[in-house]
Amino acid sequence: MALLQTQHITKNYDNREVLSDVNIHLNQGELVSILGISGIGKSTLFNIIAGLEAPEAGQVLLKDHEITNTTGHISYMLQKDLLLPYRTIMGNVILPALMQNIPKKEAETKAAPFFKIFGLENTENLYPQTLSGGMRQRAALLRTYMFSKEVSLLDEPFSALDEITKRQVHSWYLQLMQKIDLSTLLITHDVDEAILLSDRIYILSGTPASITQEITIDPNLKKQPDFELSTDFLVYKRKILNLL
Amino acid sequence: MKKQTSININFLPALVILLLLVVWQLVSSFQLVPSFLLPSPVSVVEAFVGDFSLLMSNAWVTLLEAFWGLLLGVCGGLLIAILMDLFNPLYKAVYPLLVISQTIPTVAIAPLLILWLGYGMLPKIVLVILTTFFPVAVEMLTGFRATDPDLIKLMQTMGASKWKLYYYVKFPNSLNHFFSSLKISVSYAIVSAVVSEWVGGFSGLGVYMTRVMKAYAYDKMFAVIFLISAISLVLIWLVSFIQRKVMPWEVTKK
Repeated sequence: MALLQTQHITKNYDNREVLSDVNIHLNQGELVSILGISGIGKSTLFNIIAGLEAPEAGQVLLKDHEITNTTGHISYMLQKDLLLPYRTIMGNVILPALMQNIPKKEAETKAAPFFKIFGLENTENLYPQTLSGGMRQRAALLRTYMFSKEVSLLDEPFSALDEITKRQVHSWYLQLMQKIDLSTLLITHDVDEAILLSDRIYILSGTPASITQEITIDPNLKKQPDFELSTDFLVYKRKILNLL
Repeated sequence: MKKQTSININFLPALVILLLLVVWQLVSSFQLVPSFLLPSPVSVVEAFVGDFSLLMSNAWVTLLEAFWGLLLGVCGGLLIAILMDLFNPLYKAVYPLLVISQTIPTVAIAPLLILWLGYGMLPKIVLVILTTFFPVAVEMLTGFRATDPDLIKLMQTMGASKWKLYYYVKFPNSLNHFFSSLKISVSYAIVSAVVSEWVGGFSGLGVYMTRVMKAYAYDKMFAVIFLISAISLVLIWLVSFIQRKVMPWEVTKK
């Protein structure tokens, strides 16, 4: 049973089909990327999965329950961290719980142990603007995680970070995924990022856009040191670039 | 974002004020201008001290009118802003009218209000409401509408209701706008209350002003002008103070 699944998603804008018969699935503990050029409809697909937009046809299933066009099941994270500047990091992290009418105290108790896991110790009472870009992004990830522990939807979450911070966040995220049972659906246009992080990659292309290819990254290759500098990595990269 | 420090009286402006006072005193002392036209700073201070209790009792009345007017004006402004933000047709229908309504001079409505509502406090409070709600309504609406649509979307994915969206996102996001409009409204409130008292009334700084003017007591006239300015400045400072207390995250901004 797939954790998250879309079945035959079709979406029109102004009578023009933008997504056609999109079928993807995400298994427990997986990181799956959706790779495609800008404007192809990646964010539209995310809006549909998050329940913000209704598809013309098709369904979104979370653990085999239909959640099409309903919000409150899956949250996502964008390139902008969207942390509220007037709330402390703790105040931001418990925000999803407050939206679900969970008492503040209870939400804080639940969130507290994750600050260490997310590398955010002692930032509970700080305001976001006092943190570095990388830390803010981690705080936003924690907020997303606190909302839907099953699935994280990440829409180009690292693309605003500088190259060095981005690399640090990448390796941190891979470690995090081993520590907590995290399943991630990632939108990106960064081919390197997709190969480096993903278990599987969906290629979204064409007009209207559909999944034209699914690439599985060999888990053994991923474990190699300096995977991103190896020939195997370049083979994947060439293959993907040809597809796009 | 650059922070505004609107009433930061530091060294140089203070020096200029001091210099002006010295020149003014010299002009009066050497009788360059007759003292009934321009009283000296010293005689203004003497007038202020001499009439102190009378000034204070009148100031109390003016402050009371300004306070009630401001309170109701701010509440009304907030309410209008929320309604216009919630209902777009209302925004389209009312917003242009609101802007046009601001071209009507306060001094012109004041006598009408006296005519309709009598010589008591009511017409003064109504005038203060009319002048103070507008900055609040416009600024709050700007704040509400400036909220990042991605942030609203994110809150919606979390299942935020309309009211939670206001409470957690739109209001706090507009606090800066609220306080800058409050600073404008506070000084409007005092000025409107005084103008309204000019036209007719039994007490208040405006009434005091018209009396001393008719008596050609220009030293007292200057004293009350300074008092009104001082009250406005203190109130604006008070708003800034509250703003710093209410918005601690602004202080920690790098």
